[in-house]
Amino acid sequence: MSTDEEIRRGQEERLAAAWATPKGWRYWSAVNNSEVGLWYTIVAFVFFLFAGVLALMMRAQLAVPDNDLLSADLYNQVFTLHGSVMMFLFGVPIFEAFSILIMPQMLAARDLPFPRLSAYGFWSFLIGGTFVCGSIFFGAAPKGGWFMYPPLTTEYQDDIGVDVWLLGLSFIELASIAAAVELIVGILKCRPPGMRINMMPLYAWYILVVAAMILFAFPPLIAGDLLFEMERAFDWPFFDVERGGDPLLWQHLFWIFGHPEVYIIFLPAIALVATMVPTFARRPLVGYSWIVLAAVGTGFISFGLWVHHMYTTGLPAISLGFFSGASVAVAIPTGVQIFCFIATVLVGRAVASVPMLFVSGALAVFVMGGLTGVMVALAPFDFQVHDSYFIVAHLHYVLVGGVVLPVLGGIHYFFPFVASKKLSDSLGRVSFWLVFAGFNLAFFPMHISGLRGMPRRVFTYPEGYGWDVLNLLSSIGALILAAGFLVFLVDIVKTVAFGSISERNPWQAGTMEWLPTIPNPAWGVRTVPLVESRYPLWDQKDIVATYDRGGFFLPDAEEGKRETLVTGTIDAEPLQCLRVPGPTWLTHVAAAGTGGVFIFSTFHWWWMAIASGLVGLGFVLAWLWTGTATIPEKPEKDVGLGVTLPLYASGPKSVGWWAMFITMLGDMAAFSGLVFGYYFFWTIHENFPPEGTVGPGWRWPVLALALLLAAWALTLAARILNGRGHRTGFFVALPLAMALAVAGALALAAGPWFTGLDPTVNSYAATVWVLVVWTNFHLAAGLLMQGYCIARAAVGKLTPTYDIDIHNVALYWHFAAVTAVVTVATIAGFPLVD
Amino acid sequence: MGKGGRTRRERSGANSALGIRPGRRRIRPGPALPVPALLLSGCQGRQSVLDPAGRSAEAIADLWWVLLAGAAVVWLAVIGLAVYAVFARPNSHDLGKTRILIIGGGAVVPSVVLAALLVWSLHILPVVHPPVPEGGMKVRVSGERWWWRVTYLTEDGREIPLANEVRLPVGRATAFDLVSPDVIHSFWIPSLAGKVDMIPGRVNRMVLEPTREGVFRGACAEYCGTSHALMNFEAVSMAPADFAAWLERQAAPAEPPEGPVEARGLELFLGYGCGACHTIRGTDATGGLGPDLTHVGSRLSLGAGILPNDPEAFANWLAATHVIKPDVNMPHFGMLPEAEIEAIALYLDGLT
Repeated sequence: MSTDEEIRRGQEERLAAAWATPKGWRYWSAVNNSEVGLWYTIVAFVFFLFAGVLALMMRAQLAVPDNDLLSADLYNQVFTLHGSVMMFLFGVPIFEAFSILIMPQMLAARDLPFPRLSAYGFWSFLIGGTFVCGSIFFGAAPKGGWFMYPPLTTEYQDDIGVDVWLLGLSFIELASIAAAVELIVGILKCRPPGMRINMMPLYAWYILVVAAMILFAFPPLIAGDLLFEMERAFDWPFFDVERGGDPLLWQHLFWIFGHPEVYIIFLPAIALVATMVPTFARRPLVGYSWIVLAAVGTGFISFGLWVHHMYTTGLPAISLGFFSGASVAVAIPTGVQIFCFIATVLVGRAVASVPMLFVSGALAVFVMGGLTGVMVALAPFDFQVHDSYFIVAHLHYVLVGGVVLPVLGGIHYFFPFVASKKLSDSLGRVSFWLVFAGFNLAFFPMHISGLRGMPRRVFTYPEGYGWDVLNLLSSIGALILAAGFLVFLVDIVKTVAFGSISERNPWQAGTMEWLPTIPNPAWGVRTVPLVESRYPLWDQKDIVATYDRGGFFLPDAEEGKRETLVTGTIDAEPLQCLRVPGPTWLTHVAAAGTGGVFIFSTFHWWWMAIASGLVGLGFVLAWLWTGTATIPEKPEKDVGLGVTLPLYASGPKSVGWWAMFITMLGDMAAFSGLVFGYYFFWTIHENFPPEGTVGPGWRWPVLALALLLAAWALTLAARILNGRGHRTGFFVALPLAMALAVAGALALAAGPWFTGLDPTVNSYAATVWVLVVWTNFHLAAGLLMQGYCIARAAVGKLTPTYDIDIHNVALYWHFAAVTAVVTVATIAGFPLVD
Repeated sequence: MGKGGRTRRERSGANSALGIRPGRRRIRPGPALPVPALLLSGCQGRQSVLDPAGRSAEAIADLWWVLLAGAAVVWLAVIGLAVYAVFARPNSHDLGKTRILIIGGGAVVPSVVLAALLVWSLHILPVVHPPVPEGGMKVRVSGERWWWRVTYLTEDGREIPLANEVRLPVGRATAFDLVSPDVIHSFWIPSLAGKVDMIPGRVNRMVLEPTREGVFRGACAEYCGTSHALMNFEAVSMAPADFAAWLERQAAPAEPPEGPVEARGLELFLGYGCGACHTIRGTDATGGLGPDLTHVGSRLSLGAGILPNDPEAFANWLAATHVIKPDVNMPHFGMLPEAEIEAIALYLDGLT
């Protein structure tokens, strides 16, 4: 018995050493999910409070008619920043942050597969968010509304505010996409053995759906941002009517992102509800498959409703009918989810608790937001209330009921998990009732002021239109709401400072994040359990005891490395023992360098931006070189329970390949946004290409395509040759591929260059050039990757057996080849067919 | 390019800009102007979706009341069910029945209700957004930062320019062409119909048919820059005969100044170059950048629906344009002697 005890202690010591959080100022070099996720969550919450203060400023201004507390200009900055911060710096990041924090433990993984990517994303988020928020202290905040409609923002606001918005938020969107890739791969590949995909916690399902939505919704916005910034900085006329552009192109690209965005924010909050409801109903959620279907359905439908933000732009009746239909249809999966929760409580045994109080409040508020949502989905009603205070009321009912209240409940629920202490029940109830009452007092009257004709985004209003009392009530409500948040914050500070350590699994939940002891050591998971149920803590009798004695997988860190399991996407059979990298400063410099590109570009300091970009790139390469595709000291190891797993996997078996694949899907979505622009212009113009403008012709583009396809084929050949051990073949094929890629890129640019196509002349020329630039940018990245593989092979870090790098680069080149084919077909082929 | 980019910290007076130099002005009251002041104060319902006065707005208001009743029923049902679920005895309901609840309550009932609503809303679309009638008078409204350029295109081919005010014959469908030369605006008279955006490069059409006489207020509904909140207008529906008389009056050139002060006002107006941007038909002022002022004194409000129409408001506007409407294109004339401002104000006020 005592030897068992000694073995156990030895294991725990080695695990603790491998996963130790750095001390002192090095603490900030940590990359583990428990640190990065926590910082990420706190920072997102601070941005939320900042945007809340902006909201209070607006309510102060609108408390009485004809007020002049804020100038028109400042008010416009305040409302623009309030919306932008809430959406981009709180709504999306809070869930990525929260998921980075809890997802690994929920899946009994020690960490997500790419800890340094999480860290890079977090530091990018911090830098970009501070830049965007800080602008208001210099009176330089964006003031075009969170939707930034041109031509107001392209031709009539020539200060840097718009650029702060475009570039600062593009940077953050990249961080959001990085986190989405990380979470998708984490959920698909890092589940514990036995947790088949139909046994995942619903939280994981929701996050999977949402991360996939981010992957397809954010890139079109980034494409839009690119067009926008090209117009502002270099006068490429994408939205300028005089030169064949169209402001509605931006509206389409913005809302193709903007509507899914609402569900991207809302679904994870429902995920929290789906996590808390079973715990407090003391039974599994009723209708697991219904909920999964509904979540996936919502995700799909949400991409088909963007036009309902554009009902008043003068669309034909057929479009109004189609998008009205799609918009009301999305209420159905939402209804199914709500009824599943109610049914669970009905058949279960409801336990009163503060988290459930917040969930109940969320239901009352959200259902009302949903009902007004159905109203505004109907085009005739929307004609009246669009851009009125009715919409302000509607969207806040949706987002406060569908996000803020569940998040506050979730903070109560997960506080013992994160901080090892339980928040106060009494203060929780006080804060709930203040928030709930204050919210309704603030926002319910807005329905009426909107119906009485009060437009949105007005910095003041005259007295006597029936808006005065309603606005005063709204402002009083906002103060009460703020008081509720104050109590909430006091509770947090008080608990962290004086609270006592909570018992293990304080809510008697059934999911695995509650398996570890409280407080949980830095290793995250003592041993990776074998899962046989959706609620293992309820159904698997000995799981806690076996866990505590390290009786499952990976109970030890024999080599002192950070290790976690990779399992099959569907059946979660163990595939690989993945080693993940530890603390580093490389990601910080990489994030700062990347941030510099966006921040310096805002001020048009191009040389600084380029220099900063090179620094960022250098550090990204250093991080990849030292931290990824490391050849292990032995091919495989015993992971416990009689299972031996490889320490290295490449191709579709490796997490890196999945990450590349998923990232490139997002990249294709951005590219589609640009191609959409080309065909959008074609549909609105009678002559496109316009008469008198000579396009790139077909000879140069076709030559370019031939060269690029050859480069792609040679890259593929290099991968195969390397795998078969033909080192010489590899070293011939890859440099040749690089030479052909350079020639192809030059040929692609030669077409429009030699026909003298000037991108500032009209929207056609600008669109052709933007496709060429986009493709060539991807070729440049492809060249860098090919060079990286040659260097890796030269120093023996890439061998016939250990060949992750060339697999991923070949995969990248598949997508680069598709980009080249579509670009050439569009710029050279389409004018011939048309 | 534009001037929207400047960062300003001036306190905006907005509608309370009256009385910048209170008590020091001696202006005799203009002829017959009791209406505007009255309208600008006690005007609850002039801009309300719930108090419709047009065919389109009435159809939408009917839809709203049904939606409201339905939403109240659904909300009470869902919340009632949730409350019942919390307090119901554990294990008193079996799992099979809850499936019926989920499918019925979550999918079947909503599908039926939503389909019915969708059909109804599409059915009323031709009333809400009627097809544009062939021939007849047409009104072209151009949203510009931050005012409305209004042109009546009569059946006999005349173009009658005015600004910041729209008048319509009651009981008749009038077609509108909605355009913008600068940024996106949105034309909205809640009492008559929903809004339609004014988008550069496009001509959006709408039809308004007032069902009763009245004075309503319109607003720009699409955020259009610094003074978006200050871009409003008056919309009047009149008996067809009154309307015709009004339109003829608007078509006529301005009458010569009434007295010596007004004559001095016109002289100053032309002397300071106001005519470079404004037209007063019948005088040498022929500028086209700003609003046509030929009958500005006859309008119900000034500055795009933000000031009453009286000499004092004119004077204030001239002296502090940039304070009353931040970032406006018109320069202010606060540097002029007070007497000159008063003379111009009196002249303009007399342009009925």
